[in-house]
Amino acid sequence: MEYIIYLAFALMTLGIIFAAIRFIKGPTAGDRVVALDTLTTISVSALVLLAAIFQRFIYVDVALVYGVLGFIGVIVIARYLEGAL
Amino acid sequence: MTYYEIIGGILITIGSIFLFLGGLGIYRMPDIFNRLQAGTKATTLGAMSLILGVGIMEGTWEWILKSFVIIVYIAFSNPISSHALARATYLRGHRPYIKSEDKEKMDAYREVVENDPKRKEVEV
Amino acid sequence: METLTFNQKLGRFIVNWIFLMLVWIMFTTTFASHEILIGLITTGLISLFSIRLFTCCNISILSPVKIFWMIWYLGVFTVALIKANLDVARRVISPELPINPGIVKFKTKLKTNYAKMVLANSITLTPGTLSIDIVDDTFYIHWIDVKTTNPEEAFKEIAEDFEKVLLKIF
Repeated sequence: MEYIIYLAFALMTLGIIFAAIRFIKGPTAGDRVVALDTLTTISVSALVLLAAIFQRFIYVDVALVYGVLGFIGVIVIARYLEGAL
Repeated sequence: MTYYEIIGGILITIGSIFLFLGGLGIYRMPDIFNRLQAGTKATTLGAMSLILGVGIMEGTWEWILKSFVIIVYIAFSNPISSHALARATYLRGHRPYIKSEDKEKMDAYREVVENDPKRKEVEV
Repeated sequence: METLTFNQKLGRFIVNWIFLMLVWIMFTTTFASHEILIGLITTGLISLFSIRLFTCCNISILSPVKIFWMIWYLGVFTVALIKANLDVARRVISPELPINPGIVKFKTKLKTNYAKMVLANSITLTPGTLSIDIVDDTFYIHWIDVKTTNPEEAFKEIAEDFEKVLLKIF
């Protein structure tokens, strides 16, 4: 079981690194927001996994709230880029 | 190890593989629309599978219900945000990367941006 | 704003209340009697004030036939989601990036806004497609591997399976 969790965290870290490269490099603002959205989703999953490892049920609520805030942020930035704000 | 832990472990592994592929796709694809495709689909299924795996691994009904809430939430919110981003990018003046020769025909959305007064391109 | 008869209002109120109560139970994850009581009061008040704002459908959505088709839709959708991910995985991993992207359009027969939203979200999560915009009844779809630019054929490839089921629900 431990090895599975180590493997999961290793893979997620690799994903975060690739998305972060795109976040830094991304030629347009849109690319950066896409990378940010991906980073948010990966972080939500990581928080849920951490909640299971530490046996803290409250972390799941933290993950949910983080997901909601990330979603709202992406929508607001998209509306701004569209010229609707 | 119980059956719950075995099923949960398999789901967690699948989920983390897809999360990794989402990050890799974001890095490799040539333009923002293709990045959205790879990013949205792979991370959505990855997060759903991983969170369901954690819920099953813990095995109590509180965990399963709560992970179900997050799964439903992700399944609704991810496509909406990617759709909003795709439209915003197009109206911002970025045209999709098109490989084939017939560029006019492959870009059906252009007629809307040129004719519809509600969907004007933004002056940057 | 449309005018609603009393029966329509009551139907929407009940659908809202049941839906919000399910969400409440999922969030609190407990069946203690005081939690349930507070949940009933809160969700009842919210659904009372949001009859016009926050409703997709009247009471007929709770009929067993429609619930059966909703579950069927979930099945169709899950299969498409898994296929989509294997497809994305294949494209991302292969070294030469086998893509041929473009934007196609097609028309849908769905009428209500909620049905169109569900269809657009499903299209985004199915193999190689991403919905960009909906203008009246025309969908504009970014397709990662364009097979045809003809609207009818594109509709057959992308959305026919979903629409058949959605027409039975909404």
